[in-house]
Amino acid sequence: MVTNITNLGRSGLSDWLVQRASAIVLALYTLFIVGYLLFSPGLDYAAWSGLFSQTWMRIFSLLAFVSLAAHAWVGLWTVTTDYIKPTGIRVAAQSIIILAIFVFLVWGIQVLWGA
Amino acid sequence: MPKRPAAGQESVYRAVNSKRPVNLDLSTIQFPLPALTSIAHRITGVILFIGLIFGFWALDASLSSAEGFATVQNALASNFLAKLIAWGLLSALAFHFVAGIKHLLMDIDIGVTLEGGVKKAQITVVVSAVLIILAGVWVW
Repeated sequence: MVTNITNLGRSGLSDWLVQRASAIVLALYTLFIVGYLLFSPGLDYAAWSGLFSQTWMRIFSLLAFVSLAAHAWVGLWTVTTDYIKPTGIRVAAQSIIILAIFVFLVWGIQVLWGA
Repeated sequence: MPKRPAAGQESVYRAVNSKRPVNLDLSTIQFPLPALTSIAHRITGVILFIGLIFGFWALDASLSSAEGFATVQNALASNFLAKLIAWGLLSALAFHFVAGIKHLLMDIDIGVTLEGGVKKAQITVVVSAVLIILAGVWVW
């Protein structure tokens, strides 16, 4: 068995499962946000920030952001591994992606709990 | 007498000296639809990742203060570029979402035949096209 040291779970099966589980979370979050925006035509700041001050919404959002981080890494790892063959360029690209994912995650947490 | 191949080049050597017919007209080779939707799933995934910058910016600004909320609202209401980005990202999201559902269906053994694969790829294209148009209507 070939063990890879750059993918998320060190095993294809683990990555496969993580990608599905995170996809379901992201699908539900997407449906919720799009549905909320569609059914609140006169949305104002009070209602919007009120939604995100709810504990359940922060839990749901953080779950979505963590899922997003895992989902993006598994997906972009697959794409970069498939198409970028020179090891140096691939590792550089994957390092930038990991850094970007980390920045998005911290940014998301900061947005949820306020600066 | 052809040159002997270097180590690791045997397959190239064999291909060059093969007597089998070779199709040099690459324009006659087409990707099947499921291959195109698969590539589009990857491309939309990369687009969405880059688009996170706009998504997190909008979320950050809209939750930071009433002024920030108004900034995002005005941008989406009157800035053509902002509308275009929103529509583009919603379109990528719609396709990625639908193609992802297709993947999940295949994981539970629905439509894992050749015919099923082509049919599901066709459904993916049609459903996401409808969603993309609806997203355009929503944004404008």
